[in-house]
Amino acid sequence: MSTGLLLLVLFLLSGVAPLTRRVLGNAAGWVFALFPLGGFVYYLSLLPGINAGALVTERFAWLPVYDLDLSFYIDGFSILFSLIVLGIGTFILVYAGYYMRPYPMKGRFMGYLVFFMASMLGVVVSGNLITLFVFWELTSISSYLLIGYFHEKPEARSAALQALLITGFGGLALLGGFVLMGIPYGTYEIQALLADPGLIRDSNLYLPALLLVLAGAFTKSAQFPFHFWLPGAMAAPSPVSAFLHSATMVKAGVFLLARLNPIMGGTELWYILLSAFGAATMVAGAWLSITQTDLKRILAYTTVSALGTLVLLIGTGTQYAINAMIIFLVVHALYKGTLFMMAGNIEKVSGTRDITRLGGLFPFMPRAAVIMGLALVSMAGIPPLLGFIGKELIYEAKVQAPNWRFLVIAASFFTNVVMVFLSLRLWFDVFAGKSPGYAKPPHEPSTALVLGPFFLVLASLVLGLFPTSIATPLTSSAVLAVSPGIEAVKLRIWHGFNLILLLSALTVLSGALAYRYRHRLIALAEKVNLRYFAREFSRMFTASIDRFLVFTKRQTGNIQHGYHRFYMMTLFVVASLLVWGVIWRSDPLMLELDFSQMPLNLVAVVVLIIAAALSAVMAHSRLIALIATGVIGFGITIIFIAFSGVDLAITMIMVEVLMVILAVAVLYHLPRYVKYSGTGARMRDGLVATLVGGFMMVLVLQAGTSQLDTPISEFFKEKSYSEAFGRNVVNVILVDFRALDTLGEITVIAIAALGIFSMIRLTKKNS
Amino acid sequence: MESVLLQISARRLRPLLVVLSLVVLYRGHNEPGGGFIGGLMLGASLILYAMAFGVRKTQESIFFRPVALTAIGLLVALLSGLPALLAGHVYMTGEWITLFTGSLLELKLGTPLLFDLGVYLAVAGMLTLVMFSIMEE
Repeated sequence: MSTGLLLLVLFLLSGVAPLTRRVLGNAAGWVFALFPLGGFVYYLSLLPGINAGALVTERFAWLPVYDLDLSFYIDGFSILFSLIVLGIGTFILVYAGYYMRPYPMKGRFMGYLVFFMASMLGVVVSGNLITLFVFWELTSISSYLLIGYFHEKPEARSAALQALLITGFGGLALLGGFVLMGIPYGTYEIQALLADPGLIRDSNLYLPALLLVLAGAFTKSAQFPFHFWLPGAMAAPSPVSAFLHSATMVKAGVFLLARLNPIMGGTELWYILLSAFGAATMVAGAWLSITQTDLKRILAYTTVSALGTLVLLIGTGTQYAINAMIIFLVVHALYKGTLFMMAGNIEKVSGTRDITRLGGLFPFMPRAAVIMGLALVSMAGIPPLLGFIGKELIYEAKVQAPNWRFLVIAASFFTNVVMVFLSLRLWFDVFAGKSPGYAKPPHEPSTALVLGPFFLVLASLVLGLFPTSIATPLTSSAVLAVSPGIEAVKLRIWHGFNLILLLSALTVLSGALAYRYRHRLIALAEKVNLRYFAREFSRMFTASIDRFLVFTKRQTGNIQHGYHRFYMMTLFVVASLLVWGVIWRSDPLMLELDFSQMPLNLVAVVVLIIAAALSAVMAHSRLIALIATGVIGFGITIIFIAFSGVDLAITMIMVEVLMVILAVAVLYHLPRYVKYSGTGARMRDGLVATLVGGFMMVLVLQAGTSQLDTPISEFFKEKSYSEAFGRNVVNVILVDFRALDTLGEITVIAIAALGIFSMIRLTKKNS
Repeated sequence: MESVLLQISARRLRPLLVVLSLVVLYRGHNEPGGGFIGGLMLGASLILYAMAFGVRKTQESIFFRPVALTAIGLLVALLSGLPALLAGHVYMTGEWITLFTGSLLELKLGTPLLFDLGVYLAVAGMLTLVMFSIMEE
């Protein structure tokens, strides 16, 4: 087994998933979950080797022309992330299999989920910036499909589009950043970059590369001011929110920053940008979550806040900060995945996600309440869950922060107080109090729906209880990979009585007080929001997109006016002016025109053609003009025959005849000539026609006189029979030497024919 | 258009034209002709019939739809490159077999002919597709 194989299997599975619905039925979730489970076990088996200092790399030739390989690079950090993606993915698939039962197209949904899982795994195991980028974009696309899964709802569609536009814009910037990063190295291999980080840091490409990469990472990880797409993404079904928009995909930006930390990090600029954006996101997310009432939106804003914390920690970059980042990453994935799944469960059994209309659920579903309670304890950072260790490390990192220590501690303190407050609110307002009365009596969600939450909370508990024996081996290599030279901190639950513990105690106390006076707090927050933050980013974004669409519509209207004759004229004028420009600048043409050798019968044909052309121009009825152009065509056919181009002549006859028939058939539908064009328009058309005819004439004459190196026609004549067994050179070229061109051509005419067909069909249906 | 002259000649000429178009298709490799011209002829024979009897009757008298004909043509042209792959050559290399070797009637068949057949069908299909939809009332 290998990473390449695992990815291949997952991508294949995502393709066949929609087809397996009938065979597997409701067991689909269980069967699909076996695949990520296998991957999980595989990566777990790699872990001891990695911890001993090994590296796992794989390489498959992809685009050898561009020296680009599909390479995988697996170190401690990749392993940790893979375990999160595949471990949570396993439970999400089981959960989704049950959760999606009442909805249509379940098979396709499972396919999208697996597709996302494969893409996300690809991001974290990529050993090459370009491969990483490809997988990165795939996660954006699968996120779009999943957010817009309830596509008959307009808000789901617009949320999906918004997420795609923002992450897509970031992806574009990211690609630019990667290309710039590759310039000094001449390769995109991450291993090569890691080997010599100074090369980019000291080059003058560092600043633009850094800004572009940060644009990519910040949009993906919903950093302020791009944070608004994440709450919007809550339009997706709950399994998606639990998987993509809390535990994994939104962490791709964090992953990237951490992965690039040894390469691009360590500079003043890196520190300032990451700290500023991270801190702003952390506080903004926490603040905005206070006034939310939708369970999933509350969780979404706390996710934004958590992502800000992670970015801030990477930016700080000290020993404790990196350790805290790694631990908090795991902590957050575990409790947030659980909470989102539980939010979905609560909505399923009670019919609402609005926290103001929930309450008193404990007697109906004690099992679920306990699981959710434990996850919230982890979120609040209370022992003995892993969340406590995470929060302690964060405080430790903040206390040891190199600059602006008190500002950072205050921001962090505020955020954690909000987390405690929300933890209390999410449990007591949902499970305690008196029941507001439900349409249907709620019941305990089925086992498959709480299986995932149960195991994730269990993991959180076990990791929290056995920090040295279980949590440390999982995370120590990751710390090293993110920041070489930093040692993993010894994880402990009990640190003794110190400043950190005091801060923790104060946090819990303040959170409890905030909950006690929650009505006043929420009212205050709402007033402040109304006063200062009334303009919603999401709305501003939508408005600017709308304005842009209006602009492009007007522009397109100007260029694509719909008058065929003016398209033709534009085409002719531009083409002929270009050619005239070239003719003007090239050497004067030496022509020796000798008409004495010309047979008399051909002269007659030429005169006929000229006469026909004139009468076509002068004609007062379309039919006469048409017949006259037919005469021109036949005249040219005769010239072809005279010069023994029989193939061309036959084709020409066929085409001429068919063109006339076609034109007559079309003429039948046209109104009579009513208005003739004015003199001005005629002069203009005459000028255009002269320009075009003139350049064609000059071209033909020049082609006859100029001698290129070696005409390829000799080659064809020579090889036609010996290699391709055909004496008709023209045909051999068409069907053998240049068969691929011909294939392209017939494809084009087939598409054109289909276009005409459907256009006529459409107008007929409309009229 | 109800013309007895046109109808009789269309009815008599159609089979002839179809056969002729096949001949043109086959001889194209060595003498003037080929799939494109053959396809135009086949299409022209159907259009002639349609002018005499109307599109609906023509449609009923043939057992395929123009869209299908176009698609089949493209498919044949596309697939004609595959035997080369099986033989280990580059896609669309011409592969030839000779039937009845030595006898009086030697017949050479190759994938270029198959490709030309695809062109023939596609051209005839798209021509009738466009013409029928314009002529149809």
